[in-house]
Amino acid sequence: MVYAYYPGCTLKTHAKGFELSAMASLEKLGVKYRELEKWTCCGTVYSLASDDAMRQVAQVRILTRAESAGYRRMLTLCSMCYNTLKRANMLVRSDPERLETINMFMDDEPDYKGSVEVKHLLEVLRDEVTFDKIRSMVSKPLRGLRISAYYGCLLLRPKTVSIDSSINPHVMEDLLSSLGAEPIDSPEKAKCCGAYLTVNRKDLVAGFAYEILSAARRRGAELVVTSCPLCFFNLDRRQEEVSRMYEDYKPIPILYVTQLLALALGIRDVYMFNLHYVDPTSLLKSKGLL
Amino acid sequence: MGYGVFICHCGQNIAGTIDIEKLVRKVSGIRGVTHVEDYIFMCSDPGQERIKKAIKEKNLEGIVVAACSPSLHEETFRKAAESVGLNPYLVEIANIREWSAWPHQAEPEEATMKAFKIIESTVEKLNGDKPLEPLRLEVVRRVMVIGGGIAGIQAALDVAEAGIEVILVERSPSIGGRMAQLSETFPTLDCPQCILTPKMTSVAHHPLVKLLAYSEVEEVSGSAGNFKVKVRRKPTYVDWNKCVGCGLCMEACPVELPSEFEMGLAHRKAIYIQFPQAVPNKAVIDSENCIRMKYGRGCGLCAQKCPANAITFEDNGKAEEYDVGAIIVATGLEVMDKANFAEYGAGELKDVLTGLEFERMLAPSGPTGGKVVRPSDGRVPKEVVFIQCVGSRDPENWNPYCSKICCMYTAKQALLYKHAVPGGQAYIFYIDIRADGKGYEEFIHRAMAEEGVIYLRGRVGRVYQEGDKLRVEGVDTISGLKIVIDADMVVLATAAVPSSGVEELAKKLRIQLGEGGWLKEAHLKLRPLETLTSGVFIAGAAQYPKDITDTVSQASGAAAKAVAFLSKGYVVREPLIAVVNEDICSGCGNCEEACSYQAIKVVDGKANVDESLCEGCGSCTAACPSGAVQLKNYDKRQIIKMVESIVG
Amino acid sequence: MQLVIWRSKIHSPEVEKIIELSGQNVYSCYQCGMCTASCPSTGNMDIPPNMIVRLIQIGMIGKVLDSRSIWVCTSCFTCFAECPKGIDIASLTEALRLYHLRRNIDHLNLSSIPHGELLELPVIAMVGALRKFTA
Repeated sequence: MVYAYYPGCTLKTHAKGFELSAMASLEKLGVKYRELEKWTCCGTVYSLASDDAMRQVAQVRILTRAESAGYRRMLTLCSMCYNTLKRANMLVRSDPERLETINMFMDDEPDYKGSVEVKHLLEVLRDEVTFDKIRSMVSKPLRGLRISAYYGCLLLRPKTVSIDSSINPHVMEDLLSSLGAEPIDSPEKAKCCGAYLTVNRKDLVAGFAYEILSAARRRGAELVVTSCPLCFFNLDRRQEEVSRMYEDYKPIPILYVTQLLALALGIRDVYMFNLHYVDPTSLLKSKGLL
Repeated sequence: MGYGVFICHCGQNIAGTIDIEKLVRKVSGIRGVTHVEDYIFMCSDPGQERIKKAIKEKNLEGIVVAACSPSLHEETFRKAAESVGLNPYLVEIANIREWSAWPHQAEPEEATMKAFKIIESTVEKLNGDKPLEPLRLEVVRRVMVIGGGIAGIQAALDVAEAGIEVILVERSPSIGGRMAQLSETFPTLDCPQCILTPKMTSVAHHPLVKLLAYSEVEEVSGSAGNFKVKVRRKPTYVDWNKCVGCGLCMEACPVELPSEFEMGLAHRKAIYIQFPQAVPNKAVIDSENCIRMKYGRGCGLCAQKCPANAITFEDNGKAEEYDVGAIIVATGLEVMDKANFAEYGAGELKDVLTGLEFERMLAPSGPTGGKVVRPSDGRVPKEVVFIQCVGSRDPENWNPYCSKICCMYTAKQALLYKHAVPGGQAYIFYIDIRADGKGYEEFIHRAMAEEGVIYLRGRVGRVYQEGDKLRVEGVDTISGLKIVIDADMVVLATAAVPSSGVEELAKKLRIQLGEGGWLKEAHLKLRPLETLTSGVFIAGAAQYPKDITDTVSQASGAAAKAVAFLSKGYVVREPLIAVVNEDICSGCGNCEEACSYQAIKVVDGKANVDESLCEGCGSCTAACPSGAVQLKNYDKRQIIKMVESIVG
Repeated sequence: MQLVIWRSKIHSPEVEKIIELSGQNVYSCYQCGMCTASCPSTGNMDIPPNMIVRLIQIGMIGKVLDSRSIWVCTSCFTCFAECPKGIDIASLTEALRLYHLRRNIDHLNLSSIPHGELLELPVIAMVGALRKFTA
């Protein structure tokens, strides 16, 4: 079955390396997908107000376009896209009245019937491809690379949409192990990065980044991986502010988990490391991965 | 031949302080001792085997076990000795643990010496010991249950169902107790009338239960298995054989008095049936307030109206005596009077109620028919404040203990109030919420989450009248705010206290009261249903406040204990009781006066001991001027020898 | 501080609106404090999460609406994941923010942020912040 790939806004810009490495890896692993046509913004944050059907229209419009194009499964890479689409899908599936209101509102679209499943890339890798298969296809094991996986919030919470334990997940560690890397556990791995506060409270976000990254560093991590473009930005770019706040702070590279997957699968030229604030190339070279 | 001494190490408890080797050496030198042995745990199976083996092989005539307190293992060692043919009363315990090893850990040498002295003197006692046989007394297969609340009712029913006769004594005109006063019961919200009334009827009509309502225990003598209880049947002035409970007399009576059952929220008459579902459903006359009874003439309206000619005005009170083998005390609890609490209006504020008063108001059969209204003006209260821990958990002023039932009944009352007054707001001031029963936490959650009861964590400092409101000044320590509420009504969860009169009753029964006046159990953890007086058991809130679930469980437990106690048909008693040397006795009667148990009496000029009554306390031996009365195996001569060996 | 409470204050229109908007039963909270203990932003807040719930329970909605806390909550849902009574405090703070935003009182003014910084921000951050902090 073919996945409708929903990229979302940032995958085409700041997180281009995330998209390229993910797509190349999926092709190598034999997962079929096509980018959804006429995709629009997911809304980024799921509305938490009980009376706000308007703010679920964006997600349902995406879902109905996938449904009417014949897809039954939708693949997301960004945690925020995953969360908003998944939650909106759950809501309208359990609340026919709400669905009817939204369908009526989208008079230019076919009615959504609720037949699409929203999946995150990590779920597809774990449940469909399986980590055993990935291990067998690794051509360049990430031997000796100590990596702390950072999950953030929206892949894990609320519990109803979690792809793993809400508090102590391990899906990324399992993936990293299958790539031959050494996962480093950190108590901060499911802590919030500060999200959109990065716009108006970058001081707070830098504080979060410092706590998350220094906890990983203290445990011996050489780099941190994530699967969310906003987490990536907050952990990577805000290290500038962190370095200013803490004189002896030593920057740590941040990678998308798919960039490591592609590296291990021996894929070339999909990385866009030039978009990273903390340059990971010297570390990757020192491990013989570049 | 000779005596054996067995020294226990008690792990390190004794051996850690006392030089066992040295002790063994010294004890071997005591005259008459032919065998000395030590072991790490004498009470263990291998330890007991050693004792048995030595008794058999060395043909020992008596033994001393030097170990812990006799209250722990005297029976263990006596049984072991008996199993190999040694009379158990020739087994003595020398307590070298509590008396020496523990208190003298800092001076091991002296401790060893003291242990030796204890053993030496115990051997002296053994020298004077005689083989004795335990006393075997027939028991009366009948149980008296004192208190006709749910505890007493349950206990009586269970005993009767086991085929044993029950005398159920209740001091008020009807059984039913506190439970009969309740509105609904937590957490199931059962109506007590629906679940209690059938039990009241069952117990009253059970062929093996004799119900003595309006009666009190006056005197108790005898002992386990053979108690004699004098019960005073209070005068009703109404012939209950004729009274049909029609209630016409109450309609006719012109005298109105506050009803005890309704907690003063309604009136009763001078002739009254306690409550409509009363069992027995019979009228009594309150002789202090009845016009005819007070003045000896006049009125008599009730008698004129009585279709059964049951009202006699004659004092039909009497005393009756019952022989019973066991007694279950189920006297229950009361709640503290609100007049005690000056900070909450000292009982002067009409719209301040106790929890029990509010129960009556919530009860569909209560004075307001279940409507919640202010006693002051009959208006429906829209803001009701409940205050928990009033007089409880207050060691400085009132009771140190938690009354245990208030958290749950307050939540229930707040919930029932919300049902009765849908637009009303209930607030509960609490310190901790103790909801430790099945379905209780869920019930509290329901009160909070579903009924919107506002829980405020803290006490209330003052309640006073402000216009037609009651101003409540409290605190919420969670938010750190002083909270002020102008309430329409305030309900105080006043502390549970033991029923009045339980102190006198306990004296009559020779059972102990503990802290707060609650009946003291033999052991809080392991013997909670028994008292230290053999044959007397406890059920329900008389022991400590408890809810209906726990009360009923405990009542069934006490019933089972009483039945088990009587089922053998006899009781075995220690033979360590007084014995009279008639050759010396002058019949002076000092002993008779000294005895607390009426167990020794002068008959034909000589003191005579009733073996079934003597508790072996020794008061008579101290009172006897000639030494004619002695305790078996605690003979004066034995004791003098023991003292001599210690000081000598 | 002293607080006078009565039923229509506890159930004021503001309180009722917040409860309705959030879809959360604040009265089921028994103040264990798990939310505050697990919240990554407690240190940045003037009123910690458990106290937000408490103050709503006792009708002190004004203080909560005025608090800084509702603007530093990042809807990370850690409180909701940990809450033994299943209260989604993130939805509660969302409702509290909406109370202001629906009166056209924005919390975020993009013109106060240097242009260079804005250009650097990924779209995802901008859209998120605008949806959370503006009407």
